[in-house]
Amino acid sequence: MTTATAPVISLPDEPGLLTRFRWAVSDTLVLARRNLLVWARVPAYLVFTVIQPVMFVLMFRYVFGGAINVPGGNYVDFLMPGIIGQTAAFASFATAIALAQELKKGVIDRLRSMPMARSAVLTGRLLADTGRMLVTILIIVAVGYAVGFRFSNGVIPAILMVVLATVFGLAICLIAAFTGLAIGDEESVQAFGLIWLFPITFLSSAFVPISSMPGWLQAFANNQPVTYVINTMRALAIGGPIEANLWKSIAWLAGILIVFVPLAVRAYKRAS
Amino acid sequence: MGVPVSQDNSGPAILVEGLTKSFGDVQALRGIDLAVPRGTVLGVLGPNGAGKTTAVRILTTLLLPDKGRALVDGRDVVRQAAAVRRSIGLSGQSAAIQEELTGRENLELIGRLYHLSKPESRSRAAQLLEQFDLVDAAGRPAKTYSGGMQRRLDLAASLVGRPQVLFLDEPTTGLDPRSRLGMWDIIRSLVEGGTTLLLTTQYLDEADELADEIVVIDHGLVIAAGTAEELKSRVGGDVLEFTVPDRNRLSDAVTAVASVGEGEPHADKETGVVNVGVGGRGSDALIDGVRALDAAGVQTHGLALRRPSLDDVFLALTGHAAEEEELNGKRRSRRSKRDETKATS
Repeated sequence: MTTATAPVISLPDEPGLLTRFRWAVSDTLVLARRNLLVWARVPAYLVFTVIQPVMFVLMFRYVFGGAINVPGGNYVDFLMPGIIGQTAAFASFATAIALAQELKKGVIDRLRSMPMARSAVLTGRLLADTGRMLVTILIIVAVGYAVGFRFSNGVIPAILMVVLATVFGLAICLIAAFTGLAIGDEESVQAFGLIWLFPITFLSSAFVPISSMPGWLQAFANNQPVTYVINTMRALAIGGPIEANLWKSIAWLAGILIVFVPLAVRAYKRAS
Repeated sequence: MGVPVSQDNSGPAILVEGLTKSFGDVQALRGIDLAVPRGTVLGVLGPNGAGKTTAVRILTTLLLPDKGRALVDGRDVVRQAAAVRRSIGLSGQSAAIQEELTGRENLELIGRLYHLSKPESRSRAAQLLEQFDLVDAAGRPAKTYSGGMQRRLDLAASLVGRPQVLFLDEPTTGLDPRSRLGMWDIIRSLVEGGTTLLLTTQYLDEADELADEIVVIDHGLVIAAGTAEELKSRVGGDVLEFTVPDRNRLSDAVTAVASVGEGEPHADKETGVVNVGVGGRGSDALIDGVRALDAAGVQTHGLALRRPSLDDVFLALTGHAAEEEELNGKRRSRRSKRDETKATS
């Protein structure tokens, strides 16, 4: 704030670094709480975050599942990590749409003109979305248990699977936050989300063994991040080789964060 | 520079010098100067796209200027942005409220983001709900509110932090006439409390009604400044106005009254309304006008002499009416129509 040419007399109410950090945390929590409150009050959000994934579980378990052959033969165990991964990724729709709406309605302008932590709009949003995602994942796990799914690899790997799914979802939410702020129109943002999230989740190991796809598609499906993450999750949930997929997953997720944190922050700063 | 940028409570609440801002090829602001004394209301008047919102966004730290300097409450909006944010309140063109939350929740949330304690946020919210006549609706989600109520809630939200300087960007755009009058009352009562207010508007009557001083902005430049009275006097006294029902006779009417007025008559081809400034000649001009029109055999409706409105000021200053959209094509077509009328006169 100080410049060489103009000495700034520090104002009595100028907050110190520690106070600013405390505010950043409290502002994040206040906005996260608001976001969750809004989410709980809009029936459509609940439908998309809870009912839609449950329908996916039931549909794949009972409708398509019978026609899909997987190694080991137990489709529901194969399916659940895939559904959970996809659900985590689809949680990002809400992130992008909410930010685009806030931008359009001037809510972000209002917040940016206030003496609150500027970062809190993004961190509060991502924190709330993470919480929301966790709730959805736990519901789906419960539904999975009801239709025959079991974690067969121990409690800690099961917890790690949920953690990985959440981090994966968070990374996708970050991409969505960037697109939401950069595009700034909820309908376009939604359409854009469909265009890349549907292919990237379905053309992966989430629902079917990649070996059942035509060769040219296998080349894509085998080498894209969703497959790495889902394979890792599957290994954590029901056992199997994990290492190669785990490192690739971590590398991809780290890469997404490194690229999209600054992009989202920049889009937020420039948002108008 | 050597200019102290620390807080200076004796200076004007808002000081703007040579502010410019471009978006790509579009020059939104082309060097604006403003000074708003503390406790007064500045009305920034201009059509859509004149640069009003850009100016407000720079003054509220949402946008960086290209050139120039702006102080709000004695602090530089670029170098002391955080301090500026503690002094200001902003209510934008749309209601920036969370529709799913209740009125009370909205205000308490803003209080918490101003780092008020929970009890403080609660009492501040209760106070504002009372002040803005929203007590009965306080427990309802804001999406059930009428447009006027949402605007009131939005304005209340901008006051949670007790701002020294308040920015209202077109506070009544889109409101029905009754809500608009209610909003005016609220704004007046705020100003009585000593808040400095910068208000942008496309409505000339609104600026006339609420502002101590008015600046007229067009195409990113201040083209006139002064009190409403001073601006009206720029038109040059009274205005003779009448409607010509037969549009074909419009140019005859213009010719007829051209010698009566002191300025050039303006004729609107769409509405058939002709007006001409007649200076201080008052009723003499009225009589002359009636005679001239009678001699030319032009039938008119509602011929009258009136005090100039700010619409006349805008027309006199810019050559186009204030309500026109910034859609270039539309403006051009309207302007050319007017020019046509003039040409035939």
